[in-house]
Amino acid sequence: MNPFIWQRNNADAIVSEARKLITKQLPQDARRQFLRRGLTLGGLALLSGCRIDDSATAEAALTRISRVNDAVQGWLFDGSRLAPTYPDSMIARPFPFNAFYAESEVPRVDASSYRLEVSGLVADKRRWQLHELRALPQHSQVTRHICVEGWSAIGKWGGPRFGDFLRAVGADLSARYVGFQCVDSYYTSIDMATALHPQTLLALDWDGQPLPPRYGFPMKLRMPTKLGYKNPKHITAIFVSNTYNRGYWEDQGYNWFGGS
Amino acid sequence: MHPMPKQITSASPHQHRPLQPLWLRITHWLNAVAVVVMVMSGWRIYNASPIFGDFRFPAGITLGGWLGGALQWHFAGMWLLALNGLAYLLLNLLTGRWARRMFPVSPRGVLRDAWLALTARLSHADLGHYNQVQRAAYLFAVADLVLLVVSGLVIWKSVQFPLLRELLGGYEMARRIHFIAMALLVGFIAVHIAMVVLVPRSLLTMLLGRSTLQRKTQPESAA
Repeated sequence: MNPFIWQRNNADAIVSEARKLITKQLPQDARRQFLRRGLTLGGLALLSGCRIDDSATAEAALTRISRVNDAVQGWLFDGSRLAPTYPDSMIARPFPFNAFYAESEVPRVDASSYRLEVSGLVADKRRWQLHELRALPQHSQVTRHICVEGWSAIGKWGGPRFGDFLRAVGADLSARYVGFQCVDSYYTSIDMATALHPQTLLALDWDGQPLPPRYGFPMKLRMPTKLGYKNPKHITAIFVSNTYNRGYWEDQGYNWFGGS
Repeated sequence: MHPMPKQITSASPHQHRPLQPLWLRITHWLNAVAVVVMVMSGWRIYNASPIFGDFRFPAGITLGGWLGGALQWHFAGMWLLALNGLAYLLLNLLTGRWARRMFPVSPRGVLRDAWLALTARLSHADLGHYNQVQRAAYLFAVADLVLLVVSGLVIWKSVQFPLLRELLGGYEMARRIHFIAMALLVGFIAVHIAMVVLVPRSLLTMLLGRSTLQRKTQPESAA
């Protein structure tokens, strides 16, 4: 890691490379929003003597480091290491609602017409109905949901293991990414190692009952090894690929791996 | 307990050994940058979900603009803090600087030097010598930074570092420890800067490695 990454002499190279990266990654409005939010600098520029007042330079360098951090986290991730589990008595009631919209805007999905699309590097691309997902072996866990903001809450989720589902559809388990599209326009993607983690569930239940709409009815991906924003709700399509996939919050600057 | 060996001070004035070696000055100032980045971006991250009631840091003294930006700064700064800190620790141990300048330190010695300082009888003539209050303060700062890194690791990867997590009492406790260690570090920095204001020559030493602008050996003071 080069701590001088935003010095003048390599600034031009970084900027041009980053522009290429960012134009690919960020929709224009999200990029403008990031720039507008800006970077408060204080006395930092004076202290470091570096040119961090150029927010594009700083942003590009930070994005690059975030990609390096993705790789480090992938390396640190241990597919057999389990997140701690807790007794039912520690479940947070009510469990906090959290989304990029208000609770009144939670989408209502009709259970009977719901179909889950599966595409990409999978053998079987037929659509799944809810009762078929319930026919897979069901597992339950009481684990801690950790939000990127810092708060955490313990909850109880139940449903098939995502690894079982991926095997059932004949997914290429050596593919690198699994992406998700949601009813509420949310989208994200994860690494295959986390997808195959034994505690990664296609959660259909919360606290022994079908998932209420505010927690992601009819199905959310529940991963105690990742931060909250990596756990998509109201999933309507799953795709397996080797090309890097983006995410709603990731496109705005949150770390892509988002592991815990 | 004079830190400057005689054969060096009696050598040619141009070859004298700096009070603070170059590697120490570099790691010190890189650490200053890293700590400012970590603390200011950390305050913005804290604001997203305060631990202590409604207490928030004013946005103007935070870094990153919004939570995502603050996290990017924090997770970039952590590499500088950790790698530079590791270099600082290794070089201090390998060169024997710690053994020479940070020890011995004892509660009795700290109290004695603190009393001398409060009664204005503690000599600052020799900047190559740390009194026991300084030694305790610097050792505290290093230990506190280690605690910050360890508690930060637990918050960052609470599932991947189970031993550290349990040692610190779980994820939520690690958050509180991280905050308290930050507050203690900020307290140390405030005192540290106040001391530099009181003894300005020490700033020159930390910048140039010597306490005068002329490149000359100071006559040895009667310490």
